[in-house]
Amino acid sequence: MYEKDGEKYFVVDGHMHYWNAAPDNWVPGAEQYAKGWIECFHAYMGLGPPETHWTIEHFQKYSEDDLMKDVFEDGHVDVAIFQPTYLLEWYKEGFNTTERNAEMGKHHPGKFVYNTRFDPRDGDEGLKALRANVDRYGSKGVKLYTAEWNNGSRGYKLTDPGAYRFLEAAQELGIKNIHVHKGPTIWPLDKDAFDVSDVDHVATDFQGLNFIVEHVGLPRIEDFCFMATQEPNVYAGLAVAIGGLMHARPRFFAKVMGELLFWVGEDKMLFGSDYAIWEPKWQVEGFVDWEMPDAAEFSDYPRLGTEGKKKILGLNAAKLYDIDVPAEYQLSGGGTPGAHEVLAGQPEEHAASGA
Amino acid sequence: MRSATAGRPAPRSGGPGVIPRASTVPRASTLLAALDAVRDPELDEPITALGFVISAAVSADGDAQVRLRLPTYFCAPNFAFLMVADAYDAVSALPGVRTAEVVLEDHFASDAINGGVAAEAGFAQSFDGEAVGELHGLRADFLRKAVMAGTDQVCRPLLAAGADLAGLLEMRLGDLPPSAPLQRLRQRRAELGLPAGDDAPLVIDPATGARVSAQSAPLHLRRAQVTRISIEANGSICRGMLRHRYDSPGQGEEEQQ
Repeated sequence: MYEKDGEKYFVVDGHMHYWNAAPDNWVPGAEQYAKGWIECFHAYMGLGPPETHWTIEHFQKYSEDDLMKDVFEDGHVDVAIFQPTYLLEWYKEGFNTTERNAEMGKHHPGKFVYNTRFDPRDGDEGLKALRANVDRYGSKGVKLYTAEWNNGSRGYKLTDPGAYRFLEAAQELGIKNIHVHKGPTIWPLDKDAFDVSDVDHVATDFQGLNFIVEHVGLPRIEDFCFMATQEPNVYAGLAVAIGGLMHARPRFFAKVMGELLFWVGEDKMLFGSDYAIWEPKWQVEGFVDWEMPDAAEFSDYPRLGTEGKKKILGLNAAKLYDIDVPAEYQLSGGGTPGAHEVLAGQPEEHAASGA
Repeated sequence: MRSATAGRPAPRSGGPGVIPRASTVPRASTLLAALDAVRDPELDEPITALGFVISAAVSADGDAQVRLRLPTYFCAPNFAFLMVADAYDAVSALPGVRTAEVVLEDHFASDAINGGVAAEAGFAQSFDGEAVGELHGLRADFLRKAVMAGTDQVCRPLLAAGADLAGLLEMRLGDLPPSAPLQRLRQRRAELGLPAGDDAPLVIDPATGARVSAQSAPLHLRRAQVTRISIEANGSICRGMLRHRYDSPGQGEEEQQ
């Protein structure tokens, strides 16, 4: 929890990791990819405050104690949601698997939510593994990385027939939340791998599932916003938006937040630190302090108040994951509607005031 | 759009990479100026200004060599291919350049991209079995985004100065005073084959070229705005990542506006 100016915030970190990307875990022959991946992540850390930067060695492999201190003790987080990323073609034991996360988390009951994953290209074996993970770890969510390499394939789309099979199975197993992370697939290369239109399709076809588009669809915020405004079961995962912009580019951060508040709305935005890319402490504290600037260029954006910050930092995710929130952290009143309702109600007036 | 792009229909006469020799060899500054015309299709900015050009040199015999870099090892390979291919075309077209070599460094698909561009093999051949088709459609998609972003750049100051929405929809490009954003918007529209002359309406649908109706205009302008912010925010992240990865500035690098 975090307390500031008499306000209490229940913090759910909706997107974090416990990885091992050190050379001892690199697959022989794929070292350049394993090294390139973690160095790319490390460059993102460079967008945070300098005093929070780690050495590459520490960043490659941090300990359970490091995580518990950074996320919970110092980082104000109450409950953290593991989003596994396997990358088994590059990392021998995987980058951060459900098993690794759960093995660590079992020492800290109540602190973690174990999301698992699936890969539609894994076929029947993959379905079996999904079932086993849901049984074993009680997963209510999955993290999908569409650019994962798999046995000669260099990525997939959620509209692939195999993906529908997995989404149906996930729903049957009681999975509620599908976190989608778009990445630079090499297939099909003549299309935009970051295009979110496949999420649009499956969100329509699977009304019983929530789709959290991680990193707010970066680098396609515009496509994501326009899609999310039309799909009531699509949410914005803020990992990278806060970590990558709030400190490094505050003006762009304010504009991106303004667009998200307009199109998606504060009821459908979820905080995620993306630890260990960035520590949650400065993100939580900075976000609570953040206010939309007063300058004219920001005048047409919705404002974010204390209640909105409480929702984004924890209450929205708690609702999606049925996490109990003590009464003292709950809101006293209601929230504002998402942009889809506003736009449908009064399109001319609303958008004209923005133009 | 320039005709020479990824997936060229046929190698030029004279064989891959060999251009008829002219009497004078261009200077490095001329090479760099040619690279100013090469843009990152996603960010809609010159690769020079973005800091992607490590070096651009030409020998006394007219052999040009350009080295490029990107913010991460895993930057999208299709856009990387377009930048390398466009840089190759821009440099090759200079009078006095005999051969051109463009090398993308430190990227997971460097070999496929560099090899494909050097052989003028086209994109699909460079990623055998992994890519489908060519990149013209992708480039056009991103030019349409650039048109949307440019529409916000041009319209926003007009609205701030008191223009109303109805007035904006009546405006033609020729009604506006010359400015860098207007020039850029016209260029992007022309590249897409959309109306870009003085008589053309200011606010059009970049997919069809049709004038935007009063009913659609508020949402259209709102989309233009979010498109611009998305592109600019991405640009800021890319610049930050590049600075973390390389501590020296690129040739012709400029701060973000």
